[in-house]
Formats: sequence, structure tokens, C-alpha cells
Amino acid sequence: MTVTKSELIESLAARFSHLPPRDIESAVKVLIEYMSDALSGGRRIEIRGFGSFSLHYRPPRLGRNPKTGESVPLESKYVPHFRPGKELRDRVDKH
Amino acid sequence: MALTKADMVEKLLTEVGLGRKDAKELVDEFFEAIKSALASGSPIKLSGFGNFDLRDKRQRPGRNPKTGEEIPVTARRVVTFKAGQKLKARVEQSRLEPPPHQRDESAG
Repeated sequence: MTVTKSELIESLAARFSHLPPRDIESAVKVLIEYMSDALSGGRRIEIRGFGSFSLHYRPPRLGRNPKTGESVPLESKYVPHFRPGKELRDRVDKH
Repeated sequence: MALTKADMVEKLLTEVGLGRKDAKELVDEFFEAIKSALASGSPIKLSGFGNFDLRDKRQRPGRNPKTGEEIPVTARRVVTFKAGQKLKARVEQSRLEPPPHQRDESAG
């Protein structure tokens, strides 16, 4: 039931049948790479109706090695975060 | 400035050599395909980027923050995103500065 990147590429290739499937494949890969680059560089992504991607800050903390129980200092970091847009929220929620 | 669909269209013009009309439609259809898969109940896995999953939430107690009135938050289905290992690693490796309000603490 899960849709993968290659299935997404196939369904777009079927819809854009006037374009070489190779171009659809590279376009999807370019888009995903471009989004990863932007986010890794700290740039937000805002797609109306779909949602926005941003980074959330995680302050430094003391973690623990689960095997030894030893405490390990962990540096601060950022983690990617996605907030679905209104249209996506509404379409997904069947209630 | 945030990355938008307009930037993505420009990227497809220069990197894939698509025409503007095709590039614009493809960017729209890329997001539409993800939205309609999720709307039909299928999660999405974009390897290297992350997974969009669906979660069914039960009804829970809630409150109108303005009036304090108790109103239940109804049961709903929501989209969650879990970044993949590759994206998480890239974000961590870019070693961005902490946000301004955190800088003093983390410098110590």
C-alpha cells in the first residue's frame, strides 16, 4: 500500500507521456535533492496546500550509552520538521 | 527566503532542460501525487529524504484557549513526516548556528 519514490516516478511518467520517462526520473530526483539541500542549509521549504518543512533546534544534552549505562554528552543539533498544509490536512482527515 | 514551487520550476528548467510549462505542471503534479496517495490512505517513502505516514488519533479532551471552555478534540487522521537517515545526517553535518535565543546557553 505504501507508495515509493519509484512508483511516484512511474505514475508521473504515465501522466507526462509526451516526455521521456528518463526526464521524469531525473526531475523527481533533482527536486528531492534540491529540497534536501535547502533544508540542510537551514532554508525553509513552503509549498502552499502541501505544507512546510523547517528545522527544529535540539539543545545539547547528556545522553546515555544503553549498553554500558555510561553518560555521553550530546551536541546540540537541528532536526527536520514537516507541518502539513490546510489542504493536505483536510484531504487526509476523513472524519 | 523560503524555497517555493517557483524555485523548483526554475531548477527543472536549468538542470533537466524541461520547458517552463512542463516544469510547472510537473512540480504541481509531484505534490498532487503525494497528497492524493496520502488522501487515499497510502503512506509515501521517498528514500534519501523521508517517509510521510498516516496516524489515526482518538478523540481527546481539549480546551478553547481563549474562553477556557472544554471542547473535545475530535478523532482524526493526520500526516506525520519522519526524515530519513541521509537527510538527518546532512542536517547535522551542516553544523548550523543555534537559534539566537539559545546562543548564550550553548556557548557556555
